Amino acid sequence: MNDLLTRDMLVKWAPLIVLIVLVLMFALIEPRFFSVRNFARIGISSAPALMVAIGVTFIIIMGSIDLSMEGTVSVCAVAFAFCFLALGGTLWSAAWLALPLALVVGAVIGLINGLVHVKLKIPSFMASLAMGFVGTGFALLLTGGDRVRIEDEAFRSLLTVRWFNFPIMCYVALAFLLIAWFIQTRTTLGRNFYAVGGGEELAHASGLNVNRVRVLGFMLAGVFYAVGALLAVGRIGIAETATGSNFMFVSITSVVVGGTALWGGIGGVFNTLIGVLIVNVIGNGMVVVGLPGYVQDGVLGLLVIIAVVLSTDRKSVDFVK
Amino acid sequence: MYELRQVDKKFPGVHALKSIDFKIGRGEIVGLVGENGAGKSTLMKVIYGAYQPDGGTITIDSVAVRFQNPRQAMQKGIGMVFQEQSLITNLTVMENIFLGYEQQFVKFGVVNWKAMAAAARAQLAKVKLDIDPNMITAKLSFAQRQLVELAKVLTLEERVDGDLVILLDEPTSVLAKEEVELLFRLVRELTTRASFIFVSHRMDEVLELSDRIYVMKDGEVVDVVSAADANVDAIQHKMVGRDVDKQYYREQKQEPYDADRTLASFDAVSLGKKYRDISFDLRAGEVLCLVGTEGSGREAILRTVFGLETPDSGSVTLKGEEVRAFTARSGVEKGVGYVPRERKVEGLVGGMNVYENMTLSQMRRYSTAGVLRLGEERQLARDWIDKLSIKTPSEHKDCGGLSGGNQQKVVLAKWRSGGSDIILLDHPTRGLDIGAKEDVYDMVRAMSADGVGILLVADTLEEAIGLSHTIIVLKDGEVQHRFDCAPGAKPTLYDLVHYMI
Repeated sequence: MNDLLTRDMLVKWAPLIVLIVLVLMFALIEPRFFSVRNFARIGISSAPALMVAIGVTFIIIMGSIDLSMEGTVSVCAVAFAFCFLALGGTLWSAAWLALPLALVVGAVIGLINGLVHVKLKIPSFMASLAMGFVGTGFALLLTGGDRVRIEDEAFRSLLTVRWFNFPIMCYVALAFLLIAWFIQTRTTLGRNFYAVGGGEELAHASGLNVNRVRVLGFMLAGVFYAVGALLAVGRIGIAETATGSNFMFVSITSVVVGGTALWGGIGGVFNTLIGVLIVNVIGNGMVVVGLPGYVQDGVLGLLVIIAVVLSTDRKSVDFVK
Repeated sequence: MYELRQVDKKFPGVHALKSIDFKIGRGEIVGLVGENGAGKSTLMKVIYGAYQPDGGTITIDSVAVRFQNPRQAMQKGIGMVFQEQSLITNLTVMENIFLGYEQQFVKFGVVNWKAMAAAARAQLAKVKLDIDPNMITAKLSFAQRQLVELAKVLTLEERVDGDLVILLDEPTSVLAKEEVELLFRLVRELTTRASFIFVSHRMDEVLELSDRIYVMKDGEVVDVVSAADANVDAIQHKMVGRDVDKQYYREQKQEPYDADRTLASFDAVSLGKKYRDISFDLRAGEVLCLVGTEGSGREAILRTVFGLETPDSGSVTLKGEEVRAFTARSGVEKGVGYVPRERKVEGLVGGMNVYENMTLSQMRRYSTAGVLRLGEERQLARDWIDKLSIKTPSEHKDCGGLSGGNQQKVVLAKWRSGGSDIILLDHPTRGLDIGAKEDVYDMVRAMSADGVGILLVADTLEEAIGLSHTIIVLKDGEVQHRFDCAPGAKPTLYDLVHYMI
């Protein structure tokens, strides 16, 4: 019992400890790392990734997986950019409607994703992977391979205007993190995610509509991907097919490193926050210290394996497929 | 030749085998009978090497042996034919027969399939099964698969010097009558090659096939009879004979039920092979117990009431309304609560805490537009923790960390707090210690007093008799008999067993 307790505590606090150790380590090697300017940089690179990772966190808590984020982010970004330009090209006109529209696009893609998974009974990883490719292809079809520039100052203020040294997009990301936390802890939907992930049979036997929960989960994830897309466009001022690239690896790595269990039921959005920060601190820290980019990927890969090893109770798992 | 002497096996809290003496001679067929939980399966596991005994000796031809695992037992000629079919259905018959022993057909890392097929055919000939060994196992009937399993165990003959002992665990449970006869004839012929230990719930089959019969009860061998002198009645008495304490089952608190208020009723309901033509009424305050062996249809009936199974014919009525859509959701809405046997799988979500588990089936009642009212949830949990004296530090405790009895109370609280008044209890006391069992019995009586109708599948026959107002005995999915169990006029164990097997 005592053993279990310490193990549980370790698993619970390990991500935060890792984050703190990493920050201290980089700060010791290179004092420039430990500056508000640099933390703001980490914040900027983390914000879109955090949104995408929160989306997939809900899915992973349900014990499923969603790999459609890259395609979804691209489609949402491109759809937003076209609408935004068509409706006036500045936030001080009807063009602001493009913001909610992007969220709706994300939700619709999530809905299709969820329905394909639940109704056609295709495993979630396959259904979402396929949807992701469809999304990427669709985004390419819309843009014809061009980049769409968003130069509206009001929209770019997400990056350019800073409060207390941090750009507005960091605060937007923080606000959506709180919304996600509210959904996770205070709504029936959030509770249902845990129930489905912790015991699907039981959730069913308690009268929950498990399929409905799953579809809603994918929709919710789609909305968060769309928020991630908006922040990504705000960061570089460009929407293109490649806007979504690399989000899959970063978001799933973050969720796992943050301590959310891949088989569902355990973890949450704050774990994901820590995970995203760990991933971005490593990325940023290595650049600041002066290590080449390929070392980053290697270190992240190792970190994922360590995180899963730590969070798996191997006694209770017989075989892994 | 194979002998166990004073073999003991203990698990935490349970003395599973108490000084067992057991022996089997060359070419003998030995039957093993006993109630659920009497220790049959533990004994078998000791014999085929899955468990190591804590005390006593195992000898083969007077040489002491000790098996660390089933493979070592197999090397000494002890094989097991499993009750749940253990063949891998997507492999071919011959691959299954030689699974784990393919090396003999391998040359330079390549399998000689022709040689394996020929060897498999020789094995299949022993059990008189004329099928292509290249067939995918999934295409075989259950009876054929049972024979393939037997053939697989018989490969020991070539690999092992000395005699074979083969355990047959409920081999007839999935077979039709003619197939059973075929199997028995085959087993008798095979006694030239091996000795058999035969375990079955069906007394008539054990009597028919065995030369000698071991009767087990509470982890002890209470009798050994030779088939010639065996008498079904005497064996059944020995299997169940036990002192029953009326206090223990709270018989003094058993009140008559409200015969005018029917909560649930079945009218000639049938479901595939699971049960046929079942009719009963469950009244307010009644404890109705379904008694039968494993696979007699008890669980399927519970699952139908809850809506997890859809019957083929007949009508199910809950609170005066006929059920049309069989889903768990509609069951819950009608006020049915299901306390399943596997608490860990279907009873509680591990990782969720006490109040989250309690409101899982009724979240709509504790939320406004999807937003939960946590304060009310916690209050509800605290009330029920008091009411059922659940031992937990707080309502925030992860349910996985509670003891079995307290977990069971949380599951009951989940349904009762939601106002469920038809409660289905499937082995509610399984795996609980005596104190926790008594708590559950108290709760059953308290629920009856509140006018709840309880459909019970009990862990033991005594429990069934002690707790219930009415007992329905099932066998092979059909009602055999119905007993009224008013306090003081309860049927005896023997009355029940008589209809069960």
